[in-house]
Amino acid sequence: MAEPMKLRATLQGDTADVRILIAHPMETGQRKDSSGKIVPLHFIQSVVVTHNGKTVMDGQWSQAIARNPFLGLRVKGAKVGDKIVVTWTDNTGDKRTDEVAVAAGN
Amino acid sequence: MNPIRRKILKLAGGLSALSALSATGLMRAGEAIAAPWNKGGFESKAVDEALKSLGAANMIDSKDVVITAPDIAENGAVVPVAVTSRIPNTQSIAIIAEKNPFPLAATFDIAGGDAYVSTRMKMGQTSNVRAVVKADGKYYTAVKEVKVTIGGCG
Repeated sequence: MAEPMKLRATLQGDTADVRILIAHPMETGQRKDSSGKIVPLHFIQSVVVTHNGKTVMDGQWSQAIARNPFLGLRVKGAKVGDKIVVTWTDNTGDKRTDEVAVAAGN
Repeated sequence: MNPIRRKILKLAGGLSALSALSATGLMRAGEAIAAPWNKGGFESKAVDEALKSLGAANMIDSKDVVITAPDIAENGAVVPVAVTSRIPNTQSIAIIAEKNPFPLAATFDIAGGDAYVSTRMKMGQTSNVRAVVKADGKYYTAVKEVKVTIGGCG
């Protein structure tokens, strides 16, 4: 399975600040490798984030999202211990799901 | 995508999709279903084609759509862009880099959640970054020019 995501969800008031860092090449299909060959298109098309099982963000990406993509969002009405689950799917059908519990903020 | 899975997703609609997928064993119970990828929009080479694919018509310029991005991007391969919408009942946020070969960079359906998203994108050259917000069925937009010294597409 693909590399795990780095997930952080920190409560600020009643809103969880969620930060997601995904390991993925996000190839545009325009780059040439060291031997001069085009590196094929390989990018995440879908990212879904749920909060205690309810979808809070359904994102679709193009290959223009940067390599090792970052996604930040905020979830209102969150509490410490709430489950944030992130699933991404790429154009080759590869996918990955990771989760994090909302942690108390400073 | 697995052709069987694609077929099932296309045939089934709404709630029935969940039971159809569970029956095939291809989906775990509780796994969130994503909307089908907007191929037409993401493969558009023109901004107005991309906007059409979003259904964005009669867009209203709004100061309540706030784009946070650098005035000058040091590295076109990694340009941080955040969009905040202060418009009530925001349903979705789309981000377009107008001079990119494929302008539509991302769309986010926020399902009544917090109208804020932050990501990083590649920009090929200096361009307007446009945010399109759908709220209560209407479309709002804002632009911000981001200068790019070293392009990030190739």
